[in-house]
Amino acid sequence: MNLFAEAFAWLTSEELANSSLPLGEAFGQHLYFSFVTVLIAALIAVPAGYLIGHTGKGREIAVGITGAARALPSFGLILLLVLVLGVTRSELGAFIAFVLLAIPSILAGAYAGVEAVDRRTVDAARAVGMTEWQILVKVEAPLGLPLLVGGLRSAVLQVVATVTLAGYVNLGGLGYYIIQGVPLGRFDQILGGAVLVIALALVLDGLFGLLARVVEPQGLASRTQRRRADPATAETTASA
Amino acid sequence: MNWVLANLDLIGRLSLEHLRLSVVPIVLGFVLAIPLGWVAWRYQLTRGVILTITGLLYTIPSLALFALLPPLLGISYLSELNVIIALTLYAVAIMARSVAEALGSVDPGTRQAAVALGYAPWRRFWEVDFPLAGPVLLAGLRVVAVSTIALVTVGALLGVDSLGYLFTNGFQRRIVPEILAGVVATMAIALVIDGLLALVGRGLMPWSRRKQPIRSRPGTESFGRGVNPGASA
Repeated sequence: MNLFAEAFAWLTSEELANSSLPLGEAFGQHLYFSFVTVLIAALIAVPAGYLIGHTGKGREIAVGITGAARALPSFGLILLLVLVLGVTRSELGAFIAFVLLAIPSILAGAYAGVEAVDRRTVDAARAVGMTEWQILVKVEAPLGLPLLVGGLRSAVLQVVATVTLAGYVNLGGLGYYIIQGVPLGRFDQILGGAVLVIALALVLDGLFGLLARVVEPQGLASRTQRRRADPATAETTASA
Repeated sequence: MNWVLANLDLIGRLSLEHLRLSVVPIVLGFVLAIPLGWVAWRYQLTRGVILTITGLLYTIPSLALFALLPPLLGISYLSELNVIIALTLYAVAIMARSVAEALGSVDPGTRQAAVALGYAPWRRFWEVDFPLAGPVLLAGLRVVAVSTIALVTVGALLGVDSLGYLFTNGFQRRIVPEILAGVVATMAIALVIDGLLALVGRGLMPWSRRKQPIRSRPGTESFGRGVNPGASA
């Protein structure tokens, strides 16, 4: 436990404040990378997911992408892209890697959200004369929002974790402290960095948990309650 | 390509090391998750607690967990035990939810029929619930296997050798084929293990094959699951 005290001492130390990467800057970098990545990934994956969910075409491709992405070692992908694009453009290389890793979760969330909408609801919308575009925007998108937020939540966590690894290619972020601490044998720094990364991940996860409740459509609330009564269905809903 | 050909023995050695570091967490995670998932499924009270804790555990980025465990457990940062324990925790985190889900997917009618036939709880679990939960369990196990194999590489940052060594070494020496070889070999191992698990599942659960065409939307569950686990890199 002594090491934890040392880690907290390091977090508040003069040494950290005067180092090449002060705490505020590392936090800022980490948030900046995470936010921009998720934004870009969402701009690509949400329309694509909606298209797949609405038309029902290309779902095999989407399933394949999410499956393959899980096997992709994120650390290797970052280093590979940074090295291929050249160290002068290491930020671009890292961004491409982050976005590639964030896309599958968001794609799955957007797609699964639309697909989970009761087909009778969609048929009803079509029957009252809505165009396909209106069905997507006014029916499928709002009803699928909770699952999309779930996908964004996974993507954010994935990206926060991946950005941590970017400390290795000198892009800063909170992972820098851990990665720099290893060869130096600075265990207070390693642990301090780890605590910060974990805190950031938990806070973001909590925020998205709140957001998921906020975006739950009114009409669905009762259905969710009913589902909660049956543990089996509730579980499937939560995971999807 | 020349680099790969010249270093086949290194890639082979690291692949074996990688496999060894992955198999222990996958197996341990599966075994430990069964009682945990069962408790979560059986008792409404513990369900929330167990699923919340495992969910939070999965939120922790891998590098941070590798850095957090040694002082907590009193082991060395360089020890491969560190990587094995961290990955086992992730495996349990995913699998416990999967087990609870899988047991929930068993038709209550079938369970009641087993009770009516006089199955005692223990025997009923292993002979009725567990096999019938098999397809969902297998889907969870495949997710665990593939993500564990990918995560092992992060251990290279602490100096625990796996195919991840090719990433750090290749980056320092600026050899693109070396990193690429590491990525491809890691994905290949994941693919092979995933395929093996699917094959074993087919062999052990021939009924799951026949079920496929009856379902109106095949594969919905396995796809939906992709949204949830997959957090940590």
